[in-house]
Amino acid sequence: MERIPILRMGSFLLITIQVDMHDKLAMQLQDDVTARIADWGATGVLIDISSLEIVDSFIGRMLANIAAMSRVLGAETVVVGMQPAVAITLVELGMSLPGIRTALNVESGMELLYRTTAVQPGVGDERSQA
Amino acid sequence: MSRLAEVIARNEEPIRLDWLDNMSKSVQRADLMSSGELREQSHRLLSSIVRGIQVDESAQLSGAAWNETKELLQEISATRAHQGFTPSETANFVFSLKQPLYNTIRKAVSDPDELFRAVTAVTLLLDRLALLTLEAFMVTREELISRQQQELLELSTPVVKLWDGILALPIIGTLDSARTQIVMENLLQTVVATNSKYAIIDITGVPTVDTLVAQHLLKTITAARLMGAECIISGVRPQIAQTIVHLGIDLTQVITKAKLSDAFALALQKSGRTVVQANGTSNGSAPTVLTNAAKEK
Repeated sequence: MERIPILRMGSFLLITIQVDMHDKLAMQLQDDVTARIADWGATGVLIDISSLEIVDSFIGRMLANIAAMSRVLGAETVVVGMQPAVAITLVELGMSLPGIRTALNVESGMELLYRTTAVQPGVGDERSQA
Repeated sequence: MSRLAEVIARNEEPIRLDWLDNMSKSVQRADLMSSGELREQSHRLLSSIVRGIQVDESAQLSGAAWNETKELLQEISATRAHQGFTPSETANFVFSLKQPLYNTIRKAVSDPDELFRAVTAVTLLLDRLALLTLEAFMVTREELISRQQQELLELSTPVVKLWDGILALPIIGTLDSARTQIVMENLLQTVVATNSKYAIIDITGVPTVDTLVAQHLLKTITAARLMGAECIISGVRPQIAQTIVHLGIDLTQVITKAKLSDAFALALQKSGRTVVQANGTSNGSAPTVLTNAAKEK
């Protein structure tokens, strides 16, 4: 079955979505991300959607859900590289995704993660040492 | 061929001369078009009317025989709209043909009944032709207006780069839905192209901010935030600040500044840059900007 790969970078997870998301794939991703955060004790999740050109409300909700679930598990989520058309579509759909941090590209997203996770040392710090 | 058509066809040349004479007295605009052009136009129009009336005299202008006349009239009124004729001058071009036709019919037809029928037919025909002319005139003008609107839209939404990673978007004029769409697309595309983290939306040139305009602004800001850029609104005039509060528009999620310079200073500061004066001199020369004093905080 088709899956979206989840890469581990230190204490962060890097997810690059490069195929058209359909609903089943999105659900699978949700399962995988939460499992990986728990397994690896990740403190940050970075989702790169720069090659995603089409979104619908379901995908938007999935992004919000992943962010909320990660927060419950003690990890920050940053969504990077959203295309203008995608951003406009989400706004028109009324989904401003208030709980999600965003950045322009993977580089500044990583910087943001380092900064935000350093601010909250309690949750995943000693785990990330492992 | 009916009697009327025959009369007109036979007298085409005198009618044309009479018409030209009539126009030179009333509606000719020598400053807008040459008399040669006018002669040529009237010649073509009259001969197409003669051809049309010989085939179909119903004055409904629905038959194929009138297509040539219709096209010709549309073309003539389109050029006149461009040349700057007024609507009534354009309509009078057709109406001034009435008198010459009446004169000819009166000379040729003696029976009062037949005269009346002929005059009615000619009047109906010319009225319809004049209506058609006016319609074509309006269509041309409307095209002109919508093209100008389009050009105005393209002119008025520039996105300028103030510094590395800092964009400014000066908005001039009222924001409606169509414009917001263009402004939003322009801004977001430039954010991606220049990899800018801060965008300053300057609304000094927006005359009024109502709930709709504010909503459009908030949409743009949300879309920019989704892409990872932060927006600052600048150029909020005192009256506009009052209006925003009176309307109960919630701008607490957005950073707003009174002047573009304040917003620019804030963006510089947020990206870890400070502005210092060169050599400590204060002779009024522009201070230089030292960048990257610190890594982004």
